[in-house]
Amino acid sequence: MDWAFLFEISLTGIASGGLYALAALAFVMVYKATRVVNIAIGELLMVGAYLFFTFSAMFALPLWLAIPAAVLGTGLLGALIERTMIRPLLGEPPISVFMVTVGLGSVLVGLVEMIWTADQRRLPDFMPSQPIMVGEAFLAPKVFWGAVIAVVFIAAVLLVFRFWRGGVALRATASDQAAAYSVGINVPRVFSLAWVVSAMLAAVSGIVVGSIGGISSSMGVFGLSVLVVVIVGGLDSVLGALVGGLFIGLVEALAGAYLGGEYKLLATFIVLVAILMVRPYGLFGTHEIERL
Amino acid sequence: MRIGTLKETYTADAALFDSQTQKAWLAVAAALLVLFPFMASDYWLYLACLVAINVASATGLNILTGYTGLVSLGQAAFMGLGAYTVAIMQTHWDTPFWLNLLAAGGVAMLGGIVVGIPSLRVKGLYLAIATIAASFIAHFLFANLAITGGTGGLSMRPASLFGVALDTSFRLYWLIVPVTVLMLLGAANLFRTRIGRAFIAIRDRDISAEVLGIPLLRYKLLSFGLSSFYAGVAGGLWAYFFRVVTPESFPLLMSIFFLAAIIVGGMGSILGGILGAVFMTMVPELLKLVFDLLPNSAELVVFLSPVRTIVFGLLIIGFLVFEPHGLAEMWRRIRRFFHLWPFRN
Repeated sequence: MDWAFLFEISLTGIASGGLYALAALAFVMVYKATRVVNIAIGELLMVGAYLFFTFSAMFALPLWLAIPAAVLGTGLLGALIERTMIRPLLGEPPISVFMVTVGLGSVLVGLVEMIWTADQRRLPDFMPSQPIMVGEAFLAPKVFWGAVIAVVFIAAVLLVFRFWRGGVALRATASDQAAAYSVGINVPRVFSLAWVVSAMLAAVSGIVVGSIGGISSSMGVFGLSVLVVVIVGGLDSVLGALVGGLFIGLVEALAGAYLGGEYKLLATFIVLVAILMVRPYGLFGTHEIERL
Repeated sequence: MRIGTLKETYTADAALFDSQTQKAWLAVAAALLVLFPFMASDYWLYLACLVAINVASATGLNILTGYTGLVSLGQAAFMGLGAYTVAIMQTHWDTPFWLNLLAAGGVAMLGGIVVGIPSLRVKGLYLAIATIAASFIAHFLFANLAITGGTGGLSMRPASLFGVALDTSFRLYWLIVPVTVLMLLGAANLFRTRIGRAFIAIRDRDISAEVLGIPLLRYKLLSFGLSSFYAGVAGGLWAYFFRVVTPESFPLLMSIFFLAAIIVGGMGSILGGILGAVFMTMVPELLKLVFDLLPNSAELVVFLSPVRTIVFGLLIIGFLVFEPHGLAEMWRRIRRFFHLWPFRN
């Protein structure tokens, strides 16, 4: 066994897992606050990446303007989605809301294909391109900087939601909606906030994912891996999203290196089934007690 | 105007078709189904066969999702199991088509039961994701096993009935539509039996159902099995219809299509499954017709596929937001209007 190779692969896996963790965080935020399983998370990523593409490559805006513009634009889309599709379904069974996000994903893919065509495109480079060496191991610069961005944003989000008023309101809503209402928290606004922040985080990870692998209308497949991450970690657990992200990133990298590229998804899904059999609510998810 | 429905016996109350009017209309529908192939063009016959296959599979999913409340995104994978069973049996052993179709149902049923095993512990959307996992594993097996012909898939000869090769839409119609009608009758009757009622009890509240003495594991597995049997037979028909089976024929999108069909049609209603599958299969074709009518259709044709994707999504969203009970509910409203006319309902 080649330990140096294993180390290199694991490093790459964990670094790309950082992006899964970021996207999973976006997912968990919506789930915790609103109990909506947003399967369109991959498509939101895609919209963020395409907006960035439009602002930087087509309108030729500088990076420091293009990235915030893309992120804000996606956040706006998040607010729009929440108001038009999610809020009318408050109190409906979870499957209905889940299917609405399935439909939403389809609409977004169609819109992207219509506006930007289905061709694969490249995002402008904005990350340094010197190779990164960790000891003996080589790490692709884009993957490394992607992981750094992910870590920065995850840390920022965790801090903001620990200390900012809006963040406290969101956590209060997540833990008990009725109690949050009764202490004067505007719960519907918290829902909007969760969707906006989640869409913005998705846009950030979309820009990074897109600049690593290029963008296309089938980019939403990334969302499928994110879905595996959150199910493995537990739908309502931030810790689960982070651990699950790194774990799935590692599993994918190892499966891809030792078994071949076509085994990547298979390996993650087998891990998913195995974990669901042992812990049906994910590694760190809340085990809900049912009462009649 | 029809006032109320007076029933004096339990048999009358549990009857499949409850009124004379309904029976008359069903007879008309049956006659139309028989006459249709003699009047329609090849294109419409092709569509009719496709619709019938989708109706069969959507009805299967309706048994599982609409009646038992277990959300599954693996219906396409079970269809794939059925289609591959038919293709393998025909190319290797040259068995008659009815045996192949039954075997397709059986194999898919076994697959469904295996996938359903987690359903006792895993609930709701966790289960839906687990079925996505199953469909990816199935796709992997189709693409990598020796017997399934790899990524190239399998191509097969047409089915033959009394020495006649079923190779045109007109001939296949007489295989596909009767099988579908038979399966629909089976599904409609299922919910007049103990098993079907147990399914509904599980959907409404599974713990209460268990308290009432319904063994959850057995009935949930049975529901998975029956639903996959439907998918398997539909997949077998699909194989006879297209005669090429590849791993890419049954993508996750197809499972989403069936879930969308029963949502648009109306979950937990046989009529809903039929209406939904017909509607969702026809919409892309209607869009194509509309596009052909547009003045500069040659330039706009690149937009056809994205528009289809968008309309597909909007239909799901629109129905869930504005008509959560689907087309079946609209149909009931229209019927009620005529029943109560000239009064307002």
